[in-house]
Amino acid sequence: MAGPSIRKVVRQQEAAPVPKVMKQGKVVPWLYLAPAILIMFLFIVYPMVNTVRLSFLNKDGTASAATTCAAGKPCWGVFENYHYALTAELDTSSPEAIWNSFWSSSYGNTLKWIIFMTAFTVGIGLAFAMLADRVRYEALSKAIIFMPMAISFVGAGVIWKFVYNYGSSGVQIGLLNAMLVALGRQPVAFVATPGWNTASLIVVGIWIWTGFCMTILSAAIKSVPDEIIEAARVDGAREWTIFWAVIVPIIAPTIVVVITTMVINTLKVFDIVYVMTGGNFGTDVIANRMYTEMYKNFNVGRGTAIAVILVVAILPFVYFNIKRFIAQEAIR
Amino acid sequence: MNRENINKQLGRLPTHVLVIFTVLIWILPTFGLLITSLRPRQDINTSGWWTVVSPSPGAQAYSQFCSSCHGSNGSAIAKANLADLALVAKYPRSFTMIAVLNRQFNGKPHMGNVAMPTPQQVADILGYLKQQATGASAPRFTLNNYIDALVGYRGTNTYVADCQAGKQSPDLHCDASDLLNPRGMGRAFLNSLLVTIPATILPILLAAFAGYAFAWLHFNGRFLIFATLVALQVVPLQMTLVPISRFYAQVGLNGTFLGVWLFHTGFGLPYAIYLMRNFLGSLPRDLFESAYLDGASHWTVFWRLVIPLAMPAIASLGIFQFLWVWNDLLVALVFLGGTTPVMTYQISNMVTSLGAGWQLLTAAAFLSMILPMIVFFSLQRYFVRGMLAGAVKG
Repeated sequence: MAGPSIRKVVRQQEAAPVPKVMKQGKVVPWLYLAPAILIMFLFIVYPMVNTVRLSFLNKDGTASAATTCAAGKPCWGVFENYHYALTAELDTSSPEAIWNSFWSSSYGNTLKWIIFMTAFTVGIGLAFAMLADRVRYEALSKAIIFMPMAISFVGAGVIWKFVYNYGSSGVQIGLLNAMLVALGRQPVAFVATPGWNTASLIVVGIWIWTGFCMTILSAAIKSVPDEIIEAARVDGAREWTIFWAVIVPIIAPTIVVVITTMVINTLKVFDIVYVMTGGNFGTDVIANRMYTEMYKNFNVGRGTAIAVILVVAILPFVYFNIKRFIAQEAIR
Repeated sequence: MNRENINKQLGRLPTHVLVIFTVLIWILPTFGLLITSLRPRQDINTSGWWTVVSPSPGAQAYSQFCSSCHGSNGSAIAKANLADLALVAKYPRSFTMIAVLNRQFNGKPHMGNVAMPTPQQVADILGYLKQQATGASAPRFTLNNYIDALVGYRGTNTYVADCQAGKQSPDLHCDASDLLNPRGMGRAFLNSLLVTIPATILPILLAAFAGYAFAWLHFNGRFLIFATLVALQVVPLQMTLVPISRFYAQVGLNGTFLGVWLFHTGFGLPYAIYLMRNFLGSLPRDLFESAYLDGASHWTVFWRLVIPLAMPAIASLGIFQFLWVWNDLLVALVFLGGTTPVMTYQISNMVTSLGAGWQLLTAAAFLSMILPMIVFFSLQRYFVRGMLAGAVKG
């Protein structure tokens, strides 16, 4: 994103032309802004600062986190909550054990979520947008793919818990296990079996978010000028080549935006895990672990430390968003 | 249709197959939930929802073992009329029937060449015959699950049946007041509405004010403050929960609607202002200039010009914020909890701790989806527009 320098754009924008007739006393704009800015300060900015402060304190915020160190164990002083948040799930007996336990920890699972959910939602979304573009029932088929976006994660959790249902007594009323049995296989307890369960939950996420990616990518594909595609056809390019060599490069900026948005969304995944497994059976993710520490174990220090780690993970994308915004403003 | 045309259609076949296949996969889970929520509890737990249109196990077993001699309605042999309730009532248990099946009739085995049914199949057949003879075949679809979910019924029968028998649990009164039973989805629906409507209007109103200032008024720091808003859009809720719930505990806002409204307003604002400012900024400048030249004040311009013109943006934002708040679990969980349960809370509670049966869970889930679905399908255009304007929220 090689735009004009940030400082230059800021200076330009600050002096942006406002018609002379509309200039007014210095106070008036702030009257319009005050309610919104006050509420955002009270509910976002101030609590964020406070969360960072709490993450250095003990479980009820009364003393430094350093006081919670266990004697004779490694201690990170005031960073003890971070020490806990980063290492408590790991088995540090050997490098191999660290590696294995990482992949069943909340961080490993969140990483799996990010990789697979982003890949599949963007992949399926792009493919479906391309295909639906060629059929007459495009609007209807897109509405159906998009529909899960309108319902709650909780509702989606119930829907899929039923699909994954495992009947221990023999009758399979869950669709997937009934299909397995019909194919002569053993039914699987999808949600409770490590190895299956995180994948099962990610499928729910993909089901919900593909519509989002599909809609944005579809709009981008439609904005590709027809002349360019026609020109490629005239030159004898096949559909497959046109897709990869013409359409994808043109919509690449949109694809990047969709990917970053999906990564941010995935980092914050909470409801699906909370409803379907509660983070048990090795399916925990960062956001659910934070909730567990805060509202089940009532350890404010540890919970806020996990929240701060979550924000730090999101920071690179904030930077990206701002850069994109400034580049957009420069061409407004 | 000439050959070229046919070839063209055939060439597009894979596209149609792929699109329809994907659409089917996407809709099947929700469809299964809807069908299940309409089936009687007994059926839900003994057969998959996809068997709903196939004949019952009893009818299947009857046609396999009995109908060749007794006829499809059971009355083909006059001396053993299976459609006669008096005869069927002689066999209250399956083993008495099995004994008869093993006996000989006129020197020949009862079943002839046909294999003996299993005890389970005999029981199914008896149940089927009894239903046929009394004419009281069990319905395949019922609305009882929805009624039970709405009033928060947790018994082993149905709310309607219990009320008729006068055996309802002490928290139910069998009148309209049961719709407000705190354990039910009826009350939760009301709570969800009470949370969602103000939490949708408030941020849009404040965002319209601020968006107007950012787009058309001049002040120092205009761009820097706005860039900060862009950054705030992606702050996760989790980052502010603890300090705010501690603050609410001090001022007594925990468990109140006001607390939730303010929280959702705070988190809805960055995106709402962003969208509003971009929309208002794209309006033609002459419009504002002529209004000011005519001597209109800022206040008049705002209410008479900005708000009516911003209606498309307000619609987009309204749908977004409405769905966001309606579907939210985390904020409701932390700030309202069980004192004023909303729909998502009620369902998550049924799933995680109460272990409610599928008949209640599916009906409750569908109840919570009705309003978002209506909003979504009727106003999809605005929803998509708001999303394309750059949605990164939460």
